Amino acid sequence: MDFINNTVERTTVQLQKSDFESDQMVKWCAGCGAHAILAAVERVFPRLGYKKENFCLVSGIGCSSRFPYYVNTYGIHGIHGRAMPIATGVKVANPHLSVWVATGDGDSLAIGGNHFIHTIRRNVDINVLLFNNEIYGLTKGQYSPTTPMNKVTKSSPHGTIEHPFNIGELVMGAQGTFFARIPDNDLTQMTEAMFEAAKHDGTSIIEMLQNCIIFADKAHFGIISKENRDENMCIIKDGQPILFGADKQKGLRLNGTNLEVVELGKDGITIDDILVHDRYDPNPGIHIMLAKLGPPHFPRVFGVIRSAMFPTYDDLVEEKIRLGIEESPIKKMDHLFKSGETWEIK
Amino acid sequence: MTKMNRPVEERESVVVKFVGDSGDWMQFSGNLFSESAAFAGNDLATFPDFPSEIRAPQNTIAGVSGFQVHVGSAKIYTTGDLCDVIVAMNPASLKANLKWAKVGATLIFDSDAFDDKTIDKAGYTSNPLEDKSLTKYNLLKAPITLLTIESLADLGVDRKIASRSKNMFALGMLFFIFNRPLKPSFKFFDAKFKKDPNLARINKVVLEAGYNYADTVEAIESVIHVSAAKLEPGFYRNITGNVATAWGLLAAAEKSKRGLFLGSYPITPATEILMELTKHKSLGAKVFQAEDEIAGICSAIGASYAGKMACTTTSGPGLSLKSEAIGLAVITELPLVIVNVQRGGPSTGLPTKSEQSDLYQALFGRNGECPVIVIAASTSDNCFHYAYMAAKLSMEHMTPCILLTDGYLGFGSSLFKNPRLANLPPINPPVAKARDKNYKPYKRDPETLAREWAIPGTDGLRHRIGGLEKENITGVVTTDPLNHQLMVNLRAEKVARVANYIPEQEVEGPTKGELLIVSWGGTYGAIHSAIQEMTRAGKKISHTHFNYINPLPKNTGKILKSFKKVLVCELNSGQFVNYLRMQFPMPNIHQFNKVQGLPFMINELTEKFNQLLEEK
Repeated sequence: MDFINNTVERTTVQLQKSDFESDQMVKWCAGCGAHAILAAVERVFPRLGYKKENFCLVSGIGCSSRFPYYVNTYGIHGIHGRAMPIATGVKVANPHLSVWVATGDGDSLAIGGNHFIHTIRRNVDINVLLFNNEIYGLTKGQYSPTTPMNKVTKSSPHGTIEHPFNIGELVMGAQGTFFARIPDNDLTQMTEAMFEAAKHDGTSIIEMLQNCIIFADKAHFGIISKENRDENMCIIKDGQPILFGADKQKGLRLNGTNLEVVELGKDGITIDDILVHDRYDPNPGIHIMLAKLGPPHFPRVFGVIRSAMFPTYDDLVEEKIRLGIEESPIKKMDHLFKSGETWEIK
Repeated sequence: MTKMNRPVEERESVVVKFVGDSGDWMQFSGNLFSESAAFAGNDLATFPDFPSEIRAPQNTIAGVSGFQVHVGSAKIYTTGDLCDVIVAMNPASLKANLKWAKVGATLIFDSDAFDDKTIDKAGYTSNPLEDKSLTKYNLLKAPITLLTIESLADLGVDRKIASRSKNMFALGMLFFIFNRPLKPSFKFFDAKFKKDPNLARINKVVLEAGYNYADTVEAIESVIHVSAAKLEPGFYRNITGNVATAWGLLAAAEKSKRGLFLGSYPITPATEILMELTKHKSLGAKVFQAEDEIAGICSAIGASYAGKMACTTTSGPGLSLKSEAIGLAVITELPLVIVNVQRGGPSTGLPTKSEQSDLYQALFGRNGECPVIVIAASTSDNCFHYAYMAAKLSMEHMTPCILLTDGYLGFGSSLFKNPRLANLPPINPPVAKARDKNYKPYKRDPETLAREWAIPGTDGLRHRIGGLEKENITGVVTTDPLNHQLMVNLRAEKVARVANYIPEQEVEGPTKGELLIVSWGGTYGAIHSAIQEMTRAGKKISHTHFNYINPLPKNTGKILKSFKKVLVCELNSGQFVNYLRMQFPMPNIHQFNKVQGLPFMINELTEKFNQLLEEK
């Protein structure tokens, strides 16, 4: 199959952050992690080299979904859970747009769960910023599909009794081609992941561990806070051994079919024993294992975990249309009217 | 056996129904019979009648499937109430369909299919072919299965495979009775079975065997001739409502130069529109089969925002699922065509049967003040015109439009005169111009109140829209009370002003008088035929049939007030009548309703009309 390159039209004009700042008042709570994500987007968009009119932001409902109002691009703020199909429609209608979705854990994993997995399965070329704050913020503090088991929230006063989704596992279970996880307190990681997502052809999911200061404050504190990040955060890079810890002395080793934490220099472990990350591996096996890791026995893995190349839905749509035009004698309606069984009445 | 010379009986119109097991290829026979009538210049209407199960148990009433064809030398408006000829391939199909036979109708049976087991399975206690229960009819019993197998013996076709062609034998008999040439069907087989010439040969042999057999049967005393109808000159085809709908949308996409996007989810009886559109990639149609109804409409809204002529197709329960998203299209003031091929409800209801019971849902079924344009097609072929108009009005007025058709129109067929794109009305959506310094998302055309369509990728028009209420003109998110009132009024007024762009309502018959019959949507044929019958009998009665439902044509009130009595007939419990009463509170508006998953019968209509004329 030939790949069609539905590239987004580029510009030679150097764009600035100010080109994307909207005139709307940003109404997220002070201290909300979403502010940092907005800052990262305003840093990334001007540097992608696309014409500013070729960005389109799509969202559903929730705190995260106010995002399109705060960035000066084309944008559509949709309805709860439906950002993915709306974005699919935009991208399929015009594959020359750079389409970004802002969504949350409730929006895309609960009410929009069906659309989420099917969009990923189709590999529509859109970039999804999934704000995971493990809570419903806009409705004031009910548990979400990513809220940890036993957590007390306003709709689970005695603790939740639901097993949360691991977003990376869900993405790859749905045959996702791109998954990255980043914290909201690290602008460098955020911008890097967004660049990679933009470059990737297909549905790119970035799970952004975002802090809801009001209803689930410090939900990610055990992993991404300064105190905990050395031990519990493992930032991976393609082609490099997977190491973590304050002095990068710990690493992940593949032992049989399991990953294990090992220490360099201990029991004869050398850097050669450490698993080298290959984010382009078409086989998602290791990627799923990496996405699933987490405390207490493992660190949580951050960075671009998977970026595999598969044809995109929107490319295939264009390809089928191109073939249809090439092969069919019916090129306009008047041809269609004349086709098939017709007869003349005089 | 000898061939006989038979007299020719001239008939103005004939209704023929093919019935059998779901697997008996009744639709295939029916379609071929229709094609032959069309080639002979008859006008026609067809309707397939099948269960929602794909292959229900053989030889049971539940598994009966049928195809009805009404052909005539005058304009045909319905698929016919009662049949002149029924071809029944087994006892169950006879049992299920005898009630549709006219007294004196010709019933053609495969007598091989009437054995103790099948007779029992159909629920008969004795063999209806023998027990004299069918004396009111003209019976033509033929050992169709056996004769089919024999006809193929020379070709070495296995008995089981051979017996599958028995429908062609029956069709051959009908071709003889109707004096139709076999050649067009032979040509059709050659084309259909291009990859398997043996299948084409089998069908030809059996069709011809049936034809020749009929020629030798004494029970066939005369052959029937239906003259060519007087139709406007032009090129014609036989088209189903669903295909006509798809073509109307395609034509509007080409005319408006916006390109078609369909986001849809399979649902009976609307799926054929999706399947038809996806064939036409060479016309640039982008078809997205979504994971559900909601994704179908939401993808269409995304595509509409991105500048496509976007549509979604569904049936009743699917429209329920799409309600919230229709609201999004209303508040974002984006064009969107929503086709609802109505079926019997509520819930899953009667998936393969027809009703007009989604009118309230189309008009009112959303949260908030949420008006949309609603129009309804009334014949299978005019689904083309109304789909085209739905797209035109939606794009030119920047608001969603719901097109109501129904299962009978969608599955049924009628003759369609091929149009030329150049002769269709122009479509000029208000697309915003690049770098327009004065562009504002909710700035409006003073005449239509439509906002401009600013398409992503266009220089200088970046803007955001969405489901939150916006300030008029600027599009800034606001909960300002007076602005909300203004926007509610503007959205309603925008739809109301569509009345300035649609034709005035017409009356068939006297424009004032005693009794006006009002109908809308798919019931035109039955009601028109009933009124024709009344008029022929010297009764003074008028008819007005609505295709534009919201807004109503501007002269609607004037028409209603010109008659002493108004009778609104519809296949629901009174949705259009109450909609009219809301706008024209008059005491003389009567109603006639039926909710049985069946169309109106002409005699039940004339009975009601007569009753109203007699009551003083």
